[in-house]
Amino acid sequence: MEAAATLAAGGLTVTVMEKTDHLGGHLADWYHLFPDRRPGREVLQLLTKRVQEGASVLLNCDVTDIERNKEGFVIHTRQHPPVEAQALLVATGFDLFEVRKKEEYGYGIYDNIITSAELEKMLSGGQPLLTTRGTVPRRVGFVHCVGSRDAKAGNLYCSRVCCITAVKQAIEIRERLPQAEVFSFYMDLRMYGMGFEELYKEAQEKWAVNFIRGRLSEAFENQDGTLMLKVEDTLTARPLRMNVDLLVLMAGMVPSAGTKEISRMLGLELEESRFIRPRDRHMSPNRTNIPGVFIAGSCTAPMSVADTIADARGAAVEIMTSPPAPLLERRGEKGVRS
Amino acid sequence: MINFGYTINTDRQIDYDNNDRRIAAFLSEHEPTFRICISCGTCTATCSAGNFTYFNLREMIVMLKRGETRQLKEDVTKCMLCGKCQMACPRGVNTRNLILSIHRAIERFEQP
Repeated sequence: MEAAATLAAGGLTVTVMEKTDHLGGHLADWYHLFPDRRPGREVLQLLTKRVQEGASVLLNCDVTDIERNKEGFVIHTRQHPPVEAQALLVATGFDLFEVRKKEEYGYGIYDNIITSAELEKMLSGGQPLLTTRGTVPRRVGFVHCVGSRDAKAGNLYCSRVCCITAVKQAIEIRERLPQAEVFSFYMDLRMYGMGFEELYKEAQEKWAVNFIRGRLSEAFENQDGTLMLKVEDTLTARPLRMNVDLLVLMAGMVPSAGTKEISRMLGLELEESRFIRPRDRHMSPNRTNIPGVFIAGSCTAPMSVADTIADARGAAVEIMTSPPAPLLERRGEKGVRS
Repeated sequence: MINFGYTINTDRQIDYDNNDRRIAAFLSEHEPTFRICISCGTCTATCSAGNFTYFNLREMIVMLKRGETRQLKEDVTKCMLCGKCQMACPRGVNTRNLILSIHRAIERFEQP
């Protein structure tokens, strides 16, 4: 969205092709953004306004085929007439890791185990946070790195945003449920961004969130519906067990189904992580192995909203200044999002 | 005791729910910087007492938070309150008052 708005502001003709019936992807479902707790809705509104000012938007696009010709590309969809473009920007984003794959964590098997995205929806819904038995949770656990940094899950990489999201959500739980104890089970706390470490300190200092270093090994359901957790408390070098009423799994990012499909259609090279491989991570992070095809956002690596917007602007500049097609003269720029 | 030819090991697990965490609650209230320790180990590395005895403030803080207090009474006497850890702590934990508060908490919650 940001790339489309920037390209349009730069005088190019831009078409945003969106797979679903609304713009905004995961941002549309996100209650508050880290680290300043800004409503996700607010950023989405700003982006939407910018897009609507300059770009045309096609919703419900099911891309069936992408043709290459001398002029550039022709994108065929089931729903709309073919779209011609001199350049393509792939911004197909991420999907959440399918947490059911971590069977030992019990998602879908036991009650009261939810994903970070589900918690975010619950928080934005405004309804009281309750267990499936209708009780107020007295203890809530957060499990970091679910589907990230996990060779068995097939994902060696760090999803980057889950650490700080867990800290943010832990604070939000304490705000909503001042009587509840909150525990965060982590391997490392990767507070890489400005304001992240500060929020972590606030979580400890002001909200008394408990951090236990150790990766959850398994969760079981007790007869009373609470969950028994087993973890090594690695700072004491002892196994630890405790019960919680609600368990939140910090689901990592994986390349979206759309990313997979579009890269197959275009013949884009992928990383071992299955994210799209940029031509040069340092110098051309928004170019691909195919001339005229550009990438932005979390189809290329796990990224926060702020990083995605910065990356999108970078992609827009790359497109505008990019040979071989003298795009600015032709005024026929198109973006594609699946 | 009759020797049956085998022994029973005690459980090494930290039983968080059944452990007595009153000292941790007391410290969290009376010396709130107790909460912001990040277990970096700077205190332990610089500790004069720790160089010669088994005294590990980093470990003691985690153990306290888990309600593991068996060794606490003996260990805490090893600190000489020299304050080097407080100077070294990157997080600003008031380690001296923490130690003094641990002494107070032990007195308060000690089983008669």
